[in-house]
Amino acid sequence: MIQEHLKDIDLSEQPVKPMAMNPQKFMLWLGIASITMMFAGWTSGYLVQKAEGKWHEFELPSILMYSTAVLLVSSVFMHTALLAAKKDNFSLLKIAISITFVFGVAFLVMQVYGFSDLIAHKLYFAGSDVAASWIYVFVGLHGLHVVSGLIVLLVSLVSAFKHSIHANKLNRIQLCATYWHFLDLLWLYLFIFLYFNR
Amino acid sequence: MATATLHANEAHAHGHDHEHEHHEPGFIRKYIFSEDHKTIAKQYLITGIIWAFFGGALSIIFRLQLGFPDLNLDWLKPVLGEWIVEGKLEKEFYLALVTMHGTIMVFFVLTAGLSGTFSNFLIPLQIGARDMASGFLNMLSYWFFFLSSVIMFTSLFLETGPASGGWVIYPPLSALPQAMPGSGLGMTMWLMSMTFFIVSSLLGGINYICTVINLRTRGMSFTKLPLTIWAFFFTAVLGLLSFPVLLSAALLLIFDRSFGTSFYLSEIYIGGEALPNVGGSAILYQHLFWFLGHPEVYIVLLPALGITSEVIATNARKPIFGYRAMIGSMMGITVLAFIVWAHHMFVTGMNPFLGSVFMLLTLIIAVPSAVKAFNYITTLWKGNIIFTPGMLFSIGLVSLFISGGVTGIILGNSALDINLHDTYFVVAHFHLVMGAASFFGLLAGVYHWFPKMFGRMMNKTLGYIHFWLTFAGVYSVFFPMHYIGIAGFPRRYYSFTALANNAQDSFADLNAFISIAAIITFSAQAIFAFNFFYSIFKGKKATQNPWNSTTLEWTTPVIVGHGNWPGEIPAVYRWPYDYSKPGAAVDFIPQNVPFSATPESNLPEETEEIENEKEIDGLLDTQNSVYSH
Repeated sequence: MIQEHLKDIDLSEQPVKPMAMNPQKFMLWLGIASITMMFAGWTSGYLVQKAEGKWHEFELPSILMYSTAVLLVSSVFMHTALLAAKKDNFSLLKIAISITFVFGVAFLVMQVYGFSDLIAHKLYFAGSDVAASWIYVFVGLHGLHVVSGLIVLLVSLVSAFKHSIHANKLNRIQLCATYWHFLDLLWLYLFIFLYFNR
Repeated sequence: MATATLHANEAHAHGHDHEHEHHEPGFIRKYIFSEDHKTIAKQYLITGIIWAFFGGALSIIFRLQLGFPDLNLDWLKPVLGEWIVEGKLEKEFYLALVTMHGTIMVFFVLTAGLSGTFSNFLIPLQIGARDMASGFLNMLSYWFFFLSSVIMFTSLFLETGPASGGWVIYPPLSALPQAMPGSGLGMTMWLMSMTFFIVSSLLGGINYICTVINLRTRGMSFTKLPLTIWAFFFTAVLGLLSFPVLLSAALLLIFDRSFGTSFYLSEIYIGGEALPNVGGSAILYQHLFWFLGHPEVYIVLLPALGITSEVIATNARKPIFGYRAMIGSMMGITVLAFIVWAHHMFVTGMNPFLGSVFMLLTLIIAVPSAVKAFNYITTLWKGNIIFTPGMLFSIGLVSLFISGGVTGIILGNSALDINLHDTYFVVAHFHLVMGAASFFGLLAGVYHWFPKMFGRMMNKTLGYIHFWLTFAGVYSVFFPMHYIGIAGFPRRYYSFTALANNAQDSFADLNAFISIAAIITFSAQAIFAFNFFYSIFKGKKATQNPWNSTTLEWTTPVIVGHGNWPGEIPAVYRWPYDYSKPGAAVDFIPQNVPFSATPESNLPEETEEIENEKEIDGLLDTQNSVYSH
């Protein structure tokens, strides 16, 4: 009865108003929130345990300083790649995204060297002391996320070489860039956190 | 009216099919690896119901031990085998039973079975979306849950038994395989299962939040969302922020168990020999665990409260009292949920000052909870109440929520908790306020939305019998437990042979009474199971809107197809609670009826809203473009 009045409504005026944000990007942000919570759990656990006093001072492997720089540079190139894609500058896009990928791999390799540095100082994942175990947890689990980031990056890289990323099709590289910058920031947070809370 | 709408929808359906060319999926894509939110919801529901019967059966077995310690249990040997030794329940197995009962009920029934079912089913239908934001992730979410279920179920059949350290799996008991049989492979499988479960909840939660924010139909502003959707939304936010922390706690536990680290272990002697682990802290695990564990309580409860809001308003034929206060109080509960976790740890030797901070924060939760209880009662007040089974279960929830919540004020007090911690008083409290209340919400939801799920009605009489047996049963089980708890009976104990003043003897009758009540309550659920499965196939055919409800899901055809609405998705013009509006011809006005169609019942500010209706209708193209691939 009432619903029949629906027909009488004039549909001629149609203002265009975006409904909301792209669902994939939104989901990525939600995923980022949950990863952040996971690392927040670990860093607060670290603080709780450190406050209990049974703690050994340690030196962070110096290579972590350099790997941080490498990851930051890769983030800069990621941004360059995104800007290039927006301007349909394909040659720059290919170069920039390749450099990002190479630097990402280099970062991982350097993190693994960091592990061997720790082992050289007789700091093992298990059996030495908790403080050392925590470094392995932070570096290792962040590294695991970087592996996932590299897979995402590889997908974008392949698409870039196939010319399927361009100014009208930016979704994939935007998602990739957001995730990559997040992993960069996450590491920066962990590094600074470890640096000041040794 | 219903038939007119249906015809209109059919006319639309043809045009729609030509546009998008929907193929009818095969059996496997349609019923097993389905991406349709309604099928996934039913998968969650049926898995949840099966789990609930397992979880309930486990509790009956340990209730037999507690109520009748001298009973000869040899007749259970065909089922339990070696777990029955000389007519008695094996002590280790008793611990496994309470652990698995808790794990199954909290995670598999009341998280996956409740939130998984109704978030999946109702979010797209009530906000006016064709499906979830990502059907694929949604499907993955269910199958991760299924995988996790299979692993947990398999662990029940291990020779050394499933995990036995309590559902909270505190280290060092859970961290050292030599601590007890259940801490061996059973514990490993528990952790594997829970890891998949967390992945499943996160995928689900991301989807729910994204769908609510992005896929609302035109006109469906946040203040026009039904309270169910608000509840599912907050639940998903809670899960998204707290489950990752459980994962981080569980990973550290896995490292301790399998790689020899000492995050949670320090200075432990087994058989006089010191373990090499030093520097860890078992309390750290409790902090990390309860940072999930407490929000988990609300992950379990909020969906039930949301369902209740909807069912009570519909069947009291009254607008919900304090719509915005309801949203506000749920928001308050969501925020507070994250900053009260340490009230589970008052007796761990924490700083008393810290204890009083957590006590204060905990007691503040009473405020939003009381607002909700008050609003339910005032919604019922002077309503034209229709006592459907769903309504009875909702009113039952309100009753349980209040009587269980009151003891929360006692337990939240850090001084009183010293005496009551880990006694049956706690068991009574959380079973009433979160266990039974959420279970009632689940049942209310099933009775209420069954017609939408399966196109048929459940039998009312059986529903009434089920309700009264369950309602009386739940109170008979959990009310006496308060006295047992005050008398000092600790939870998770196999038997009480060494209590002072022969307390075991003086409370033997009460324990037996509880056990009998539990058996009756559990048996009564068979009525529900029969009603549910019978009605799926043989129930009375449902009409399009059997409860005369205002929300969007009832504007879909009786059997909802893929994409939910055969024609255009309806627009939304009003809030979801226009029941018994003065001046209106019928006692409900659906959300998709514009104010311009109801001049006789509009309030002055609603007449002004008519101007915005054109704008809402104009969004149709934008909305459709979301679904064009």
